[in-house]
Amino acid sequence: MAKYLAKRIFYLILTLFIVITVTFFLMKLLPGTPLTNQAKLSKSQIALIYQQYGLDKPVWQQYLLYLAGAVKGNFGTSFQFSDQPVSYLLSSRIGPSLQIGLQAMILGVILGIIVGAIGAMKQNTWADTTTTVVSILGISIPSFVLAVLLQYYLGLKAGWFPIAEWGGFIYTVLPTLALGATPLAESARFVRTEMVDVLSSDYIELAKAKGLSRMGIIYHHALRNSLIPLITIVGPLAVNIMTGSMVVENIFSIPGIGEQFVKSVLTNDYPTIMGLTIIYSFMLCVVLLITDILYGIVDPRIRITGKAN
Amino acid sequence: MDNEKDILEVRNLQVNFKTYAGDVKAIRNVSFDLRKGETLAIVGESGSGKSVTTRTIMGLNATNADIVGGSILYKGQDLLKKSEKDMQAIRGQDIAEIFQDPMTSLDPTMKIGRQIAEPLMVHKGMKKEKALAQALEMMKLVGITDAENRINDYPHQFSGGMRQRIVIAIALINYPEVLIADEPTTALDVTIQAQILNLMKELQNKISTSIIFITHDLGVVAGMADRVAVMYAGKIVEYGTVDEIFYNPKHPYTWGLLSSMPTLDSSGDSLPSIPGTPPDLLDPPTGDAFAARNEYALKIDTEKEPPFFKVSDTHYAATWLLHPDAPKVTPPAQIVERQKKYAQMQKAWLKAQQPTTPVEEEEEQQ
Repeated sequence: MAKYLAKRIFYLILTLFIVITVTFFLMKLLPGTPLTNQAKLSKSQIALIYQQYGLDKPVWQQYLLYLAGAVKGNFGTSFQFSDQPVSYLLSSRIGPSLQIGLQAMILGVILGIIVGAIGAMKQNTWADTTTTVVSILGISIPSFVLAVLLQYYLGLKAGWFPIAEWGGFIYTVLPTLALGATPLAESARFVRTEMVDVLSSDYIELAKAKGLSRMGIIYHHALRNSLIPLITIVGPLAVNIMTGSMVVENIFSIPGIGEQFVKSVLTNDYPTIMGLTIIYSFMLCVVLLITDILYGIVDPRIRITGKAN
Repeated sequence: MDNEKDILEVRNLQVNFKTYAGDVKAIRNVSFDLRKGETLAIVGESGSGKSVTTRTIMGLNATNADIVGGSILYKGQDLLKKSEKDMQAIRGQDIAEIFQDPMTSLDPTMKIGRQIAEPLMVHKGMKKEKALAQALEMMKLVGITDAENRINDYPHQFSGGMRQRIVIAIALINYPEVLIADEPTTALDVTIQAQILNLMKELQNKISTSIIFITHDLGVVAGMADRVAVMYAGKIVEYGTVDEIFYNPKHPYTWGLLSSMPTLDSSGDSLPSIPGTPPDLLDPPTGDAFAARNEYALKIDTEKEPPFFKVSDTHYAATWLLHPDAPKVTPPAQIVERQKKYAQMQKAWLKAQQPTTPVEEEEEQQ
């Protein structure tokens, strides 16, 4: 296990390096400069600012300087908020994003499992049809549309939740729902299909022959076997939540990294874009590592094979 | 035939399957008894209703199955009248089943010790530790080597034969009165087949259970069963003791089955087969369902269903050929051979006044 983890961490660093390189050069291809909108500045002032941030050097030199800084943990200072180091700016903003992302993921997947299991158990009944419709809606409605609908009906009309503020838990409810809809729908669809398969398998038949009750069969045999393929989509779902958060955080005015990312791209805030890219790739790598470890926990066949290698 | 020794009595069982095309009459009036401690083999080709019969006994039929009539008396109680909850209490406790494919009938994500212990926990309310201790004993009994270390292994770490031993252990852990074995060796290598069959016979003596043995393989039946029922198109067409069915068969379908079974003394280039296919049970033919494939069919076979004719106290066959007015026909040469051998065996038995030697050895002496 330790050897496996070490290998995975090495790959994680390699991935981050590639991501940094590609993003850096792509970012430089973006039209405009950080000072495009600063019409009041004179040419000499601009040159001075460029010099201050090292933007007067050739791109490859900037890249090497950035890498050298990043290795030491120095990710530069934001152009937008001139006195804030990127690491400080982002660490103060990552909390809300993580909270909403994790809440959406956990809520979505757990509800998805329940909805999917009900669909499979009540196959071809109205309950099953309802779950299918819910899944299709959840997958096809983009999170930002859902966000606006939630704001209008649950926030404005019903007045149950604040619309676009940030404070305590109550402020996280609507964004969590907006972001959690896709994971819910996707996992419900997966669990339903898989459980229908599992419920018609021979070992479920054997469990019936043992005299287990219906719930006993679901709980002890069907659920675990149905959840294995669900782990596969946890990675893509995490990506979905991350990209969704960029828009949803803007809609709900959440001071998170998603909202920051959009602002930074619009203003060509190079160090912040780089810092955010690293954070997103790092989170995704960690999610993938966790899913691989989860596989081993849920499916003994994979666990043992891993040990043998 | 009501008998105190009967543990299971199936009477006039009729099961239909509802499909879009109509009702498939899978079981058409089946009756048989299972006596305490015996092994009853139910033989027939695919689709003859063997498995549906046992599933109906277990109460595990698909949702579109419709039990039209009949009764299944287990110790005098009709299983067909029991609620699902009552059936859950019976399954795995009084009546257990061994399934066909050991590769797929074990839960891949559960330790085998737990899988074997599960019926104890469900039916006896046993705590996990105690149940696992008993599961370990059962693992030793079914011949799983190094059981102490393997109790925490998962199914994929076992071979097919070992897995079938585990499935047998699961079925026997509560010492069931009735064990249904639905083609338990079909998915296994021939050498492993013999091991599993021997194990089943050995365990039957140890825990005195009655076995319903479903198979399409007559070769397996010879060594296992006390009595044999031959099924065709949802009906039992002939039943008797294993010797009577093997050496003095009366129904043309049984003739066909036996002739198409390779034996050590079979010669020639080709193995005989029964021509044609089984009838469509959506609309079963009138008369004898086997008539269309039967070269010995009489005119009445297509008009009227044959009743059971008595051959001996234990041997009955449903064919018009046994009617006193029926023309005398000569069965296939191979069957005539068998009947001759049977006559010799009976003579030898009368002489020695002791049970006949096991059937398999008889065959091999040729």
